[in-house]
Amino acid sequence: MRHFAYQRAGDVAEATALHGSDRSADFIAGGTNLIDMVKLDIMRPERLVDVNRLPLTAIESLDDGRLRIGALVTNTDLAYDERIQADYPVLSEALLSGASTQLRNVATTAGNVMQRTRCPYFRNPSRPCNKREPGSGCGALDGINRNHAVLGVSDKCIAVHPSDMCVAMAALGATVTVEGPSGVREIPFEEYHLLPGDTPEREHALSDGELITHVTLDAPITGAKGHYLKLRDRASFEFALASCAAVVTMDGDTVREARIALGGVATKPWRSFEAEAALSGQPASEATFKQAAEAALAGAVAHRDTAFKIPLAKQAIVRALTTVTAQ
Amino acid sequence: MTETVIGHRTARIDGELKLTGKADYAADHNLPNQVYGYPVPSTIACGKLLGLDLDEARQAPGVIDIVHRGNFPQLQPSDNNPACGAAARLYRSPSTMGEENKVGEVRLPFEDDGIHYEGQYIAMVIADTFEHARAAARLVKARYEVHEAVPGLFYTDDEGEEAGDEAVSRGDPAGAFDAAPVKLDQTYTIAMETHVAMEMHASIAHWEGDRLTIYESTQGVVFQRNALAQIFGIPPEKVTVIAHYIGSGFGSKLFMWPHAVITAVAAQRVGRPVKTVLSRQQNFCNAGNRPASRQHMRIAADRDGKLLSIRHDSYNETSFVDEYTESIGSGTPRVYACDNVSVSQRRVKVNHGTPTSMRAPGEVSGSFALESAMDELAIALDMDPLELRRRNFADRDPSADLPWSGNHLRECWDDASRRFGWDQRNPQVGSMRDGHEIIGWGMADATWEAMRSHCSARVELRADGRVQVACGTQDIGTGTYTIVAQTASELTGVPLERIEVKLGDSMLPAGPLSGGSMATATVMPAVAGATRKAIERLKQLAVAEGAPFAGKEADALEFENGALSDGSQTLSFAELLDKLQRGMAEGEASAAPGEEKDKFSFRSFGAHFVEVRWDPGISRLRVARVVSTIDIGRAINPLTARNQVEGAIVMGMGMGLFEATEYDPAGNIYNNNYADYIVPVHADIPDIEVELLDSPDYNFNEFGARGVGEIGITGMAAAIANAVYHATGKRIRDMPIKIADLMEP
Ligand SMILES: Cc1cc2nc3c(=O)[nH]c(=O)nc-3n(C[C@H](O)[C@H](O)[C@H](O)COP(=O)(O)OP(=O)(O)OC[C@H]3O[C@@H](n4cnc5c(N)ncnc54)[C@H](O)[C@@H]3O)c2cc1C
Repeated sequence: MRHFAYQRAGDVAEATALHGSDRSADFIAGGTNLIDMVKLDIMRPERLVDVNRLPLTAIESLDDGRLRIGALVTNTDLAYDERIQADYPVLSEALLSGASTQLRNVATTAGNVMQRTRCPYFRNPSRPCNKREPGSGCGALDGINRNHAVLGVSDKCIAVHPSDMCVAMAALGATVTVEGPSGVREIPFEEYHLLPGDTPEREHALSDGELITHVTLDAPITGAKGHYLKLRDRASFEFALASCAAVVTMDGDTVREARIALGGVATKPWRSFEAEAALSGQPASEATFKQAAEAALAGAVAHRDTAFKIPLAKQAIVRALTTVTAQ
Repeated sequence: MTETVIGHRTARIDGELKLTGKADYAADHNLPNQVYGYPVPSTIACGKLLGLDLDEARQAPGVIDIVHRGNFPQLQPSDNNPACGAAARLYRSPSTMGEENKVGEVRLPFEDDGIHYEGQYIAMVIADTFEHARAAARLVKARYEVHEAVPGLFYTDDEGEEAGDEAVSRGDPAGAFDAAPVKLDQTYTIAMETHVAMEMHASIAHWEGDRLTIYESTQGVVFQRNALAQIFGIPPEKVTVIAHYIGSGFGSKLFMWPHAVITAVAAQRVGRPVKTVLSRQQNFCNAGNRPASRQHMRIAADRDGKLLSIRHDSYNETSFVDEYTESIGSGTPRVYACDNVSVSQRRVKVNHGTPTSMRAPGEVSGSFALESAMDELAIALDMDPLELRRRNFADRDPSADLPWSGNHLRECWDDASRRFGWDQRNPQVGSMRDGHEIIGWGMADATWEAMRSHCSARVELRADGRVQVACGTQDIGTGTYTIVAQTASELTGVPLERIEVKLGDSMLPAGPLSGGSMATATVMPAVAGATRKAIERLKQLAVAEGAPFAGKEADALEFENGALSDGSQTLSFAELLDKLQRGMAEGEASAAPGEEKDKFSFRSFGAHFVEVRWDPGISRLRVARVVSTIDIGRAINPLTARNQVEGAIVMGMGMGLFEATEYDPAGNIYNNNYADYIVPVHADIPDIEVELLDSPDYNFNEFGARGVGEIGITGMAAAIANAVYHATGKRIRDMPIKIADLMEP
């Protein structure tokens, strides 16, 4: 066994102090992603700081109408929270489409935000991977890449960000609160995850030693309806081939405002401002939805096996919008 | 009269042990002083192992030994290699079915410095704990010379080598094809599949002097014992293989794989029991697969749909270290009446681990192409696909000029099509709709040869009123324990609770492999024979001088409900044995197939009807309904029999929709785990309505049972593909069907 130190923190200050800016230390929450990667030999932490005792398990309604989710709220608790189901159904649906009941029971909000790609080249230490080992190359570019991204790709990395939850959060608008040696910071959700570009090893805006304490959802948009549609080969327990989170408010038959985010096709939870612009003020018709879908995928780049994902993502958008506007 | 147990739905007698965790699977065993082995796999697909750097691994905590080519006994006597320790030399198993010593891969571990596939073992670390062994295994560094790999059948034009013994030819298939009015010439492929049995492969090897005991998750304790005896050059009596419970195998555990040999050698070297449990990733590379296959199918018919010619030419992958032949066309000459038929099989070497049998090996692949081609032919003829099959029903086995012992395919068609509502089908492609969804209905035949092997068993009627049955076969989860108990219960009248079954130990009277759907038909006659002998023995004891029935004729005694009676006096066997101060009355018997196979052709048939739903707006394909009727002779235990067919149908859905073990252009495996290798989950599994015809096949054995484990998977992929065509108009000839194949351009 590769030995590692295990430390349990009681509060946020202790957690960040224990972690320090030590790169060989990692926080552990539910462990469903971290332990997996340790077993695969692609993560070799020398120190684990257990954050499960931190008092970050509450979901709080803020005075400004926002909803503040503690980092340790489990995916199950979040999905079934009454405020989430009433005001942010898209998030509940997204959570429940992910993983399995057992996993959701222990998976945490921050852990989900931080989960890493399922790219098999990333997850196998004997394969080249620029994300895991900068400069080693990308196995997926010329390999099998049916599950890979078509949006936000670079010539260094085409790995998909796998989260469903984050796609709904991207559509809803949110802020990630982090705390570390240099204090507390607030990071807008769409700036939190980074595109691979030339540095696919940099995945998020967190600095060394910083801890996510909360994710705060923007106040619900009055009158908005939401829907999350996840497309995959089998009916359950599989990551998305393409997914769409749609949040729409209507003026009669016209779309007043729409939020569209995509999963399964992009290197980060993908908010599509292009699709939103194509919808806003337009009649809620199939033609409009198709235009929005075209706009969302205009910049898509296909590799060997991913061409089908471009029409599939468009279908996800059109159907999600059809469903949400019929509610 | 004894209450009958055979033919009744009977819950698995080992169910409680499994539910409570008391069933001892291979890796559950821990022996005193045991240490752990963890194999080091090659990370390249093809090339040469130039050397290993073991220093770091050797110094890692807990490491006891590292076995590798440099210190592993070889085929040549190795007096000049003292590093090899105890076993100075290994031999090759002849690896034959006939001698019952077939192995998964004939190449011995570390036999040469070639790397033939990714995952091939290049060393094994032995350490005091599993975790230490695994951590150290990851510190072993290998230097390779990398050669260009043949990454798989679909990456190469190599025509391979013909498997001559698979070739069949009758009539003039080429001439008949050329002259026929309606013909079809198509190529079908199936991706490599992996068994992904829940329980990992595991070996725990232990030497006492020159005696080897090995706990293994195996579908054949006798085969593995014989193979190990051959490899170590010791008599089979000195090897014991134990497999009390198996978490399924689907074929991957029929024949021994290299990890068992390495583990046994390691145990000998370190002088302690060694336990090796393969990881899921290693299970994917080193324990067999259903090889990828390509089938060239040419069939022709007259305008009434009468088949005039079938030519079925198939290719399967094999590895560079063994020759595996998939008998893909083996069902083709038999299923339908056709005078002009030829079948051939070729093997193409690729840089993958050696393939092996996987549920309904060969025929399930062949049935995909044949049953798809029949559907295509029906469409070309503008004929209902079921009607086309009816017109080609084979009254006799057309390949053997023998009558069927029982072919109830027509009843299967009638029953399943009625329950499905096939007569409501609108043949027009895409014509049946429900909201966003297009409904497709398809059907295919299922078939599997009925096989039987030889078997011995021992039965003891014991003084404590219990009956013990022992047989050196094993229960891979299908219900063999229960069927053995049912047999003994039926013949003795002793209730199941008082019957104890011992399986999964090569020291017991030799039993068959759990494979080929032959266990039930093979084991039952031997158990029945042994039970009768035990009863006979009891009667002899009962009439001996001084015994309770002294002076009577043994033959005049009746044995019923566990008791002997002469009409006036009735004594249970426990009472009798007690009076005689005997521990038991025992019987041992062997049974084997006889001349019936020269008189009849034994084969099971069935039919699947499938509804798929295709939502073109979101490219979603689901199987919505399966209705199947299968003839398996007599269902000894309808509960577990149905369970087998349902499970096989689900596995057939896997072949049709999801399962593909993928290798990338470098020859590296892509999806070697349960998350990336997609199999159906519960949410994918629709209503499956299985009916088993009750048509005992007494020509086959006295109980009328044929096998049931495999037939359910045959035809399923074709039934799905046929339904998909009906829904979408797209004929998919490459399994599994991917949604990209169905999307509109
Ligand atoms: C088989 C399987 C299937 C799955 N399917 C899906 C799916 O369909 N859809 C989906 O969205 N997800 C899926 N998941 C992923 C699952 O959602 C994540 O594993 C889970 O959300 C991670 O949460 P955790 O608390 O277990 O994180 P951990 O494993 O504990 O941690 C993950 C990472 O987050 C870091 N971390 C944890 N807490 C904090 C914090 N407070 N601040 C900073 N860093 C932190 C850790 O250091 C680590 O790097 C699946 C996972 C598995 C194993």
